[in-house]
Amino acid sequence: MGYDLKMRIWRGDQSGGDLEDHTVEVSEGEVVLDALHRVQATQAGDLAIRWNCKAGKCGSCSAEINGKPRLLCMTRLSDFDTSETITVTPMRTFPVIRDLVTDVSFNYEKAKELPSFAPPPRDADNKRRMQQIDVERGQEFRKCIECFLCQNTCHVVRDHEENKPAFAGPRFFLRYAELDMHPLDTHDRRELAQGAAGLGMCNITKCCTEVCPEGIRITDNAIIPMKERVVDRKYDPLLTIGNLIGLRNKDTEGRREV
Amino acid sequence: MTGNVMSGDGTGGMERHTYDVVVIGAGGAGLRAAIAAHDAGARTALVCKSLLGKAHTVMAEGGIAAAMGNRWPEDNWEVHFRDTMRGGKMLNNWRMAQLHAQEAPERVMELEDWGALFDRTDDGLISQRDFGGHKYARLAHVGDRTGLEMIRTLQQRAVELGIDVFMECTITDLFKDGDKISGAFGYWRESGRFITFEAPSVILATGGIGKSFKVTSNSWEYTGDGHALAMRAGASLINMEFVQFHPTGMVWPPSVKGLLVTESVRGDGGILKNSEGERFMFRYIPEFFKSETADTIEEADRWYEDKKNNRRPPELLPRDEVARAINSEIKAGRGTPHGGIYLDIASRRTPEFIRKRLPSMYHQFKELADVDITAEPMEIGPTCHYVMGGVEVDADTQESAITGLYAVGECSGGMHGSNRLGGNSLGDLLVFGKRAGEAATAYGSSLGADRPKIDEADVKAAAESALAPFEVEGGENPYTIQSDLQQSMNDLVGIIRTASELEESLSEIEAFKTRAKAMKVEGHRQYNPGWHLAIDLRNMLIVSECIAKAALAREESRGGHTRDDFPGPDAVWGTKNLVVNLNAAGTGVDLHEKPLPVMPDELKTYFEEK
Repeated sequence: MGYDLKMRIWRGDQSGGDLEDHTVEVSEGEVVLDALHRVQATQAGDLAIRWNCKAGKCGSCSAEINGKPRLLCMTRLSDFDTSETITVTPMRTFPVIRDLVTDVSFNYEKAKELPSFAPPPRDADNKRRMQQIDVERGQEFRKCIECFLCQNTCHVVRDHEENKPAFAGPRFFLRYAELDMHPLDTHDRRELAQGAAGLGMCNITKCCTEVCPEGIRITDNAIIPMKERVVDRKYDPLLTIGNLIGLRNKDTEGRREV
Repeated sequence: MTGNVMSGDGTGGMERHTYDVVVIGAGGAGLRAAIAAHDAGARTALVCKSLLGKAHTVMAEGGIAAAMGNRWPEDNWEVHFRDTMRGGKMLNNWRMAQLHAQEAPERVMELEDWGALFDRTDDGLISQRDFGGHKYARLAHVGDRTGLEMIRTLQQRAVELGIDVFMECTITDLFKDGDKISGAFGYWRESGRFITFEAPSVILATGGIGKSFKVTSNSWEYTGDGHALAMRAGASLINMEFVQFHPTGMVWPPSVKGLLVTESVRGDGGILKNSEGERFMFRYIPEFFKSETADTIEEADRWYEDKKNNRRPPELLPRDEVARAINSEIKAGRGTPHGGIYLDIASRRTPEFIRKRLPSMYHQFKELADVDITAEPMEIGPTCHYVMGGVEVDADTQESAITGLYAVGECSGGMHGSNRLGGNSLGDLLVFGKRAGEAATAYGSSLGADRPKIDEADVKAAAESALAPFEVEGGENPYTIQSDLQQSMNDLVGIIRTASELEESLSEIEAFKTRAKAMKVEGHRQYNPGWHLAIDLRNMLIVSECIAKAALAREESRGGHTRDDFPGPDAVWGTKNLVVNLNAAGTGVDLHEKPLPVMPDELKTYFEEK
């Protein structure tokens, strides 16, 4: 059931590049990454592709297929008509290194800016206790494979290089939310999320959620609750009065602002 | 730090760094070693071929074996130690198996301290699941994505500590001053420029060799780099004949053939059936495990709820046993349409249970094979998954025979003997990663200012060697050689072996070596996968030769090494390891036998029949 697939692959580097036409034989059950590998092995030995697990678990092979941000290894050829030309380009938000490989160091820099988990001491028997229902919220976010497709698609930074210094992006809002919802964490990172990470710049258009290959509900489950918690802290009149008259504020119980 | 901030100021684009400890590989073992070295006060560099957080640890699914006793208070390190040794058919380095069993629980707790969110028991403790060869439910897990949780936790910890990370940077040579390690040489994948690390301690944490086989669960990175680097530096490897074929890899579609299907499917109730619908594992219970394995379906099914009064289902025998059984069924013509065996959990557990416990398996089959595992069985078959063999190291420090050179995780040997139990790999990475990081730091500090030096002539030679594939006129494409090697290893050194095929494989490897001398890469040095493969291929060839040679020498069947011409285990072979070294000319592999380390009497009592 093999057929000849027509592909257009972006090739080039920082100085520029262009789409290159390739026709490659493919067979049933294959994904776009298989077709690219065959081009690499038989037609263009130096075609640069970043990939690892080929199973949708490592998040290395992010690119844009017919303009849509997707993982190359999880995009099946059967999603396309056999006569259709498949166009593969690198992620647009990050600088190109070569061909389909981009410089994603923006994300690794942003990761460094985030204060890490800060637990209290263990219980007397040297163990920790948390309920399954409480860890599940964070577990959804920790499914993130760091493919950075959400970062790539987010219009705050896509085509807006100037916003990058002040904006951590959906992947790291996920991380803020995860720590904020961690049953044992002792830090309050809301000020930081709103200020340094630029949570306020997100206007919840849900583009990130749409491209997440793990199906994490980034906007609904992480960003919106996080925004609400920031707002509660800043603008809730009852909370403000409570603070003024010295009532104990359960909202920050056990947590220290960083 | 990535390649993008590289300085090209050095002579000829050479970048130089000085560290106390250089860790090669950033999977679980490398990350844990780097954290330990940093904590012990070393200036530490972590160097990896991929981006940080993408290493194969990410693919580990089932869990981390650690006798924490959260589900079964009867569990303790002694039981875990016994299970590990029996799983490895007693060929394990007893001391490593002991240290692993003793220290794994605290290493898991540490991950929780650093933010890992494990699944919980009803009373809020870390949940533990059943796995093949483990007497009690012992694997700390997060659904079926435990490896991702582990690597992300360690990655976030390393970033928090500010450890220098060199991503997409490949090490091609180690340097020595006399008989001591003095540094490492490599290139940035992104730019192709060279980089030299001066360091008295180098920790190899490069993972396995799976890419030498056609059907494998391993990614492109697993080309035996650490194994080969160690050999070229003069260290030896042990147990290389033992390659684990995981019983359950996907068999269809062809593009994902070999992709791992977690053992948790069986741990959580899944069973194996042939094309006649028979639950065939009951016919394959070996004498060695008869007393602890259920021999009726009724007893096997009761075991999930009542472990005290029932024996474990035969689907949860160690991996080598299950893989051989599946192989035999397929060979006997009772395979599935795509040449596998059925793994069925759909008829045994509710869709909700399956989606909850095995979310990434559900996703993987849905997306890649159009199979809904809550409604129909999976088709699976054996896939090359793990090499038990690796660098011969001291059990307590993980130091090799070369001063300053350490090896941890899959690229070290001894811990798992002839067969690794599922879940023991993640524990291995943590326990010995920490030990190696500490030992490497202590050794470096003991040197004071008197550090081994790098000889500039060696740097020049390393650069020339790396660039050699560009110099060849009209040579062969490295992709073709790699693909031929993978097919050959799969056909001749696979799950069932015979002397004649192993001999044939050795002569084929010689031919590949000749072809590889004349391989040619096109293009330039910037992010050029053809060039990268040409360099990695040299490592693949040397480890393939180690495997074939050791497999030919060991005339018995044990664990991950099955000889058709020597079908049973042999008591004399059970007392010795096979050790391989690079030969004097550096062109091939020498092999010799070495007695196993002797277990102290007090540990021997765990194996006496009761």
